[in-house]
Amino acid sequence: MSLLEVRSLNKRFGAVEVLCGVDLTLEAGEVLAVVGDNGAGKSTLIKHISGVHRRDSGEITLDGQPVNFDSPKQARRSGIETVYQDLALADELSVGANIFLGREPIRRWLGLLPVIDRRAIIQETQRLIASIESHIPDGASTVAGLSGGQRQAVAIARALYWDAKVVILDEPTAALAVMERENVIKLSRMLASKGVGVIYIGHNLVEILEVADRIAVMYRGRIVHLTRSADTTQEELIKYMTGYSERQGNAA
Amino acid sequence: MATHDANLSLERTVKAPAAATFSRHLKKWGLPVETLVLGLTLALWLVMSLTTPTFLTTNNLVNILRQVSIDSIIAFGVLFPILIRGIDLSVGSVVALSGVVCATLLTAGVPIPVAIALTLLLGVAIGSINAFSVYRLGIPAFIITLAGLQAFRGGAFLVSDGTSVFGLPKSLATFARAEWLGLPSLFWSMLAIGLVLHFILSRTRTGRYMVAMGSNHESARRAGINIKRIVFFAYIISSTAACIAGMLLMARMSIGSPTAGVAYELNAIAAAVVGGASLFGGRGSILGTFIGALLFATIANSANLLGIDSFWQMVATGVLIAAVVYVDNLHKRRQSGLK
Repeated sequence: MSLLEVRSLNKRFGAVEVLCGVDLTLEAGEVLAVVGDNGAGKSTLIKHISGVHRRDSGEITLDGQPVNFDSPKQARRSGIETVYQDLALADELSVGANIFLGREPIRRWLGLLPVIDRRAIIQETQRLIASIESHIPDGASTVAGLSGGQRQAVAIARALYWDAKVVILDEPTAALAVMERENVIKLSRMLASKGVGVIYIGHNLVEILEVADRIAVMYRGRIVHLTRSADTTQEELIKYMTGYSERQGNAA
Repeated sequence: MATHDANLSLERTVKAPAAATFSRHLKKWGLPVETLVLGLTLALWLVMSLTTPTFLTTNNLVNILRQVSIDSIIAFGVLFPILIRGIDLSVGSVVALSGVVCATLLTAGVPIPVAIALTLLLGVAIGSINAFSVYRLGIPAFIITLAGLQAFRGGAFLVSDGTSVFGLPKSLATFARAEWLGLPSLFWSMLAIGLVLHFILSRTRTGRYMVAMGSNHESARRAGINIKRIVFFAYIISSTAACIAGMLLMARMSIGSPTAGVAYELNAIAAAVVGGASLFGGRGSILGTFIGALLFATIANSANLLGIDSFWQMVATGVLIAAVVYVDNLHKRRQSGLK
């Protein structure tokens, strides 16, 4: 049984068929990259998995159980975390406050008033930051001063802490410097090594080949090619991404 | 070109940590704007103490404290909508409305605790209307509370028939003039309200969610925060604080006046902003707001003592707001330059 299974997923936006019969499986502990040109349907696909969109037809199962999420909140509760392209961190809050946002541990002040257990947050955050081997100043400073890579690490740490089964990384390196990309790749591999199923959306094929165990190529709302990273090359991926292979196939 | 790039990146790696440490130090000792404003206030106190015989007298200081207390309570309230990237322009008119409503109830023979409770309920109702308009009807906070600024002022005139309401119980005036431990009762009231609001902001989920919402609305939503609850909370705090200030002002003047509190909303917003709040949400504190209010009260008092035209005082206040916000922006730009 796979961790996550998507079967013949269909979605239309008006007259446009954005997903036509997408099949996909994700195993625990693997990084599955989804690549494709703009408009190929990558974002729409992950938005179905993370509960943002609702499908027209098809099936999604998590741990063998059929799921149909009403909202991202529901998906998150079931163990599907999404690290968005725009990071979704609150700039004026500290690293710890961001990791625990919406799920703060509470203690009773003077045995009466419910207050945020700040000490617990600081301790857990220090432990967590140490465990992902990232250099993030913890404690009181806000995330406003962090670099793009550090912010990405905070977002990934958040997913890690909450025991996500599936983590969706939506173009996590799009805005990062070269050095920081390496770090995000390292973090993605680390998530997988802890048994998380990682879906990695990306553009940069060099990076995809480095991070992914398997690669799914999307073209016009379909998955046109599924391969192990070790068995493919940039050139082959580009052929599928641009639809060149498909045209060749039709002609033959 | 290549060497040029190498130099650049070298410069970055060397300089960035130093700058980061610097800004961390600033943070540790309080945000720079608050520190700056506090310094300015203290400097003004020092200069006034040395140059005038009347400034550093118990009478005058108590006077400043009375003034700053009512201003601060309004500013504390306004800070909450500002934190969630909203605004409340109606508080000045709510001060007047709550004053005349409470005074009218009292002169009609309603017992003091009941009149106070009913006036506080009025604050909750006004805050709820503002929040409903912003959250459910999607009217920009600026517009709906600007409408409230007009409407509630009109309401104050309607309730009082266009004149001041006289004949309040003596005990209210006694309370407003009372001093405990050498400090005016109004100051103690302000301190109590300030401590409660500071506690909410810094220690509870509600406070943290307001900061989250103000700094990144989308991330707050995705974190599963109940946005509606936060919006209602912020606007109810704002108008309820204005009602409390309105009643204290009424007690101090011994009348309910429909012309009370004109332009108080601007003073309150200015105090919050000068005290480190950002009009773009997510930043601001009760302590900073108090320091901001203290600076403005000190300026007003000093100008009076020195016999400076009150028109110049308004000009000075305006220039000061612009200067402080400019310095704050400079600091922020330097900080974001580190990214």
